[in-house]
Amino acid sequence: MSEKYHNNFLKEVEEMVEEGEWVKMCMQCGVCAGSCPLGPHWAHPPQEIFMMIRAGKREEVLRSDSMWMCTSCYNCVVRCPRKLPITHIMHGLANYAHRLGLSPKNQPTQQFATLFWNNLAQTGRVNELKLSLGIYFKDGFAQGVKNAMAMQSVGLGMVKAKRLNPMELFGGHGVKDKTGFHAMLKKAKEIEDRRKNFA
Amino acid sequence: MTDVIATNQTILVVGGGISGMTAALEAAECGKNVVLVEKNPALGGRVSQLYRYFPKLCHPTCGLEINLRRLKQNPRIRVLTMAEVTAITGGEGDYSATVKLAPRYVNENCTACGECSKAVDAEVLDAFNYNLGKTKAAYLPHKMAYPQRYVLDPSIIGTADADKAKAACKYGAIDLDMKEETVQFKAGAVIWATGWKPYDAAKIQPYGYGRFSNVITSVEFERLADIHGPTKGKILRPSDGKEAKNIAFIQCAGSRDENHLRHCSRICCMASLKQTNYVREAYGDAGKSTIYYIDIRAIDRFEDFYQKVLKDPTVSFIKSKVAKVTQDEKSGDVILHGVNTEGYHRYATPHDLVVLAVGMEPSVTGANLPAEIVSDSSGFIEADPANHAFFGAGCASNPLDVNRAVQSATASALRAIQVVNRVARVEG
Repeated sequence: MSEKYHNNFLKEVEEMVEEGEWVKMCMQCGVCAGSCPLGPHWAHPPQEIFMMIRAGKREEVLRSDSMWMCTSCYNCVVRCPRKLPITHIMHGLANYAHRLGLSPKNQPTQQFATLFWNNLAQTGRVNELKLSLGIYFKDGFAQGVKNAMAMQSVGLGMVKAKRLNPMELFGGHGVKDKTGFHAMLKKAKEIEDRRKNFA
Repeated sequence: MTDVIATNQTILVVGGGISGMTAALEAAECGKNVVLVEKNPALGGRVSQLYRYFPKLCHPTCGLEINLRRLKQNPRIRVLTMAEVTAITGGEGDYSATVKLAPRYVNENCTACGECSKAVDAEVLDAFNYNLGKTKAAYLPHKMAYPQRYVLDPSIIGTADADKAKAACKYGAIDLDMKEETVQFKAGAVIWATGWKPYDAAKIQPYGYGRFSNVITSVEFERLADIHGPTKGKILRPSDGKEAKNIAFIQCAGSRDENHLRHCSRICCMASLKQTNYVREAYGDAGKSTIYYIDIRAIDRFEDFYQKVLKDPTVSFIKSKVAKVTQDEKSGDVILHGVNTEGYHRYATPHDLVVLAVGMEPSVTGANLPAEIVSDSSGFIEADPANHAFFGAGCASNPLDVNRAVQSATASALRAIQVVNRVARVEG
């Protein structure tokens, strides 16, 4: 499926990545890279990613952790002289790399996004208690206990202020029609897979 | 009351800059009657505010002098200064224009001796120098001003200063009772040569124009380099008057940007390349110019000029649109932040002064016109049949350099001549 595009990564991005058709509009001015608050921490700033896509560097781009560094501040989007939706392209690329299984392992943003989605997809509501415990314990039991102890006072404070319900640990709240919700997600995935040629 | 004799065979030229003057002269030298309307107290427009032209680096006074000489010799051109067209009605071959004349408070007896200026105490911002300095409230717009007549700023009318000016004038040239007038006259064709205005650099928020004193625009830099400018031709930075030897030029300040001006203003690359010569002229090898650019657009034959500047060791080029400018409060230095596209290296480079190569915004709007004027997405007047005998010239029609503006003006004069010739055939 990706083989047929192998020699034309730009075309692949345009077809498969959300907002990917904008990539060719980049004029390499560099305002996005210079405006990014996390810029110094990226391996490749957005303008470089766009140029790499045009240069056909498929592996380097999709295996890169750069687009996972985007915090959606939208500074680049408001400043881009060509009005490229850079933030959305970054998310689109990250999602595409993830679907292909090429995204870097143990990338914190990706781990959080996966946890968040799996959490939400179960009941149709985010279970904040399970989500935060999931993050605390993502690096093993010992580290999880340490993390939980460090956040103990915040957690208890939230319980007192009725912002956190300990009973959420057992099942938790959800949407009324869970069966319908799951069917909806399944259908949406089917449609997207068909449109984007995923198996 | 000002009288303007005009008929349906008269050509109205709006704007007395290089394009308007050229269009008026070309038409008049073909035997047509022309009324030339200029908003400012003197002709010359933005060209008169330049220090040098590219690519030959000669002074605009030279070209202006030739045009003014042609103008003075030609009885077919009626010049109205401090005049603004407020409305145009009618259609091709039969327009009627309404023009508002602001009072100058100085009549044609003026010999430009300058005694009124000496007598007056009040000072006003010097518009000719883009408000970088001040001028006396009784002033000659600039050295080459045509008409060569002083102007009283309306702010002193009714004060003791106005009386002082009147008392100082030996020629009875000061008339404090002048009132705003409105005149109406006919025209067969209209040439709209209202030129351009520098894009409001304060709108480009990350560059700090208006917040940081050492961030200036390219048009202001022209005035700094000019001997008649606020610094008498010395390139000194505004914050502390220190010699600005290390100067950064930021290209596309407003141009090629969907958030500002969507067009390429065409002249700014050449303007900055030209201005590196001012730095070199002022400081020799001690001067340093850095041009931050997306890509250099030195159109057609100007490539030679670009190649020459490329060889200049005092000029360096950084391929990057600057993301942010900050100013160090203590030293007054301005720091440019961004990422260099050639290698994607992050930089934070200090300079003495930053010059924003601001884009050209058409100054077309303002008057009440008979119909919607067809213009492009940036507001430049199109050569469209729907505009009838209403022709854009110079920078009202396109972002143009002086040379191309003159060509455009000549072309518009020819179109206007065709219209009034048709009118003449009908009227016999």
